[in-house]
Amino acid sequence: MAPVLAFMAVGAVTALAVVLIVVALVVYLVAVIVQLRKITAGLDEVIGHVGEIVQKSAPVNDVVTAINEQLDAGVDLLEGLLVKKAGMTDAVGLVDGLYAGAAAAGFRSFPESTTIKAPRIGEVYTRGTLTLARLGREAPIALGNPAGFPLRNVEGGSLAARLLYPEYRQSRPASLPRSPVIGTDAPVQYEQRDDIGAPRKRLPSRG
Amino acid sequence: MTLWWIGDAVLLGVVLPVVVYLLRSVLNAATSIVPSVQEIARVAAAGSQDLDAAALLLTTKDQVAQTVAGVANYGGSLDVILDDA
Repeated sequence: MAPVLAFMAVGAVTALAVVLIVVALVVYLVAVIVQLRKITAGLDEVIGHVGEIVQKSAPVNDVVTAINEQLDAGVDLLEGLLVKKAGMTDAVGLVDGLYAGAAAAGFRSFPESTTIKAPRIGEVYTRGTLTLARLGREAPIALGNPAGFPLRNVEGGSLAARLLYPEYRQSRPASLPRSPVIGTDAPVQYEQRDDIGAPRKRLPSRG
Repeated sequence: MTLWWIGDAVLLGVVLPVVVYLLRSVLNAATSIVPSVQEIARVAAAGSQDLDAAALLLTTKDQVAQTVAGVANYGGSLDVILDDA
C-alpha cells in the first residue's frame, strides 16, 4: 500500500509542477500578447503619420529646386548688371561696403572678383549719408570709422539734440513763454479782414 | 522512485523559476517597447502636422518667380537708363 501512496504522491507533485508551469506560461504569454497588440496599434498609427509625411514632403524637393533656380537667375542678373554698370572693382567695393567681408566671397558668376581688393566706396558717399553715419544710423559707410562703430549714444543723445535749438534754450530756463492761443475762444481776437477771401481786384490795364 | 522525486524537485526548483524568469523578461521587454512606440507615433503626428505648411511652398515659388521677373524688368530698365562702366 505504501508504494502506491508514494507513487501517487510523486505523481501529484509532478502534475502540480506541470500545472504551475502551464499557468505561468499562460499568464505571461497573455500579458505579452496584450503588449504586442498595443505595439501593433502604435505602429499602425506611426505608419499612417509617416505616410502623411511622405505625401506632404514629396513635392518639396522640386519646389525648392525651382525656387533656388529662380533665385540663382536673379542673383546672376543683379551681379551682371552691377558689374556692367559699376565695373568689377567698384562693384566689389559697393557690395563690401554694404556687407562687410563680402568681397572675400566675390561674385558667383565672376570668379575673378575674389582677387580684387575692395575699394572703400564709403569715401565717395554723399553728405547725407555721412550725416546719417555720424548720427549713428548704422550706415554701412561707418563700418570703417576709426572711432569705432557709431552706435547711437542713448544717454547723451538728448543733449546732442538740444544743441540744435536756439541759444535761449541752452541756459535751461525755468519756464518758457506759452504758445499763443488761437481759435474762436482765444483771449485775443483780431478783426477779420474783409479783403481775405474777396474777389481779386482787377489790376489796371497797362497802357 | 528516488529519481522521480529528484525530477519533481528539479521541475519545481529549477525549471519553473527559469520559465518564470524568461517569461517575465519577455514581458518587461514588450512593456518597455509600448511607450517608445507611442512616443514615436506622437512625434510622427507632430512632424506630419509641421509639414502642413509645405503646401505654401507652391505660393512661395510663384511669388519668387514674380519677384525675379520684376527684378529682371527693373534691371532691364536700369540697363537702358544707366551708362556702362
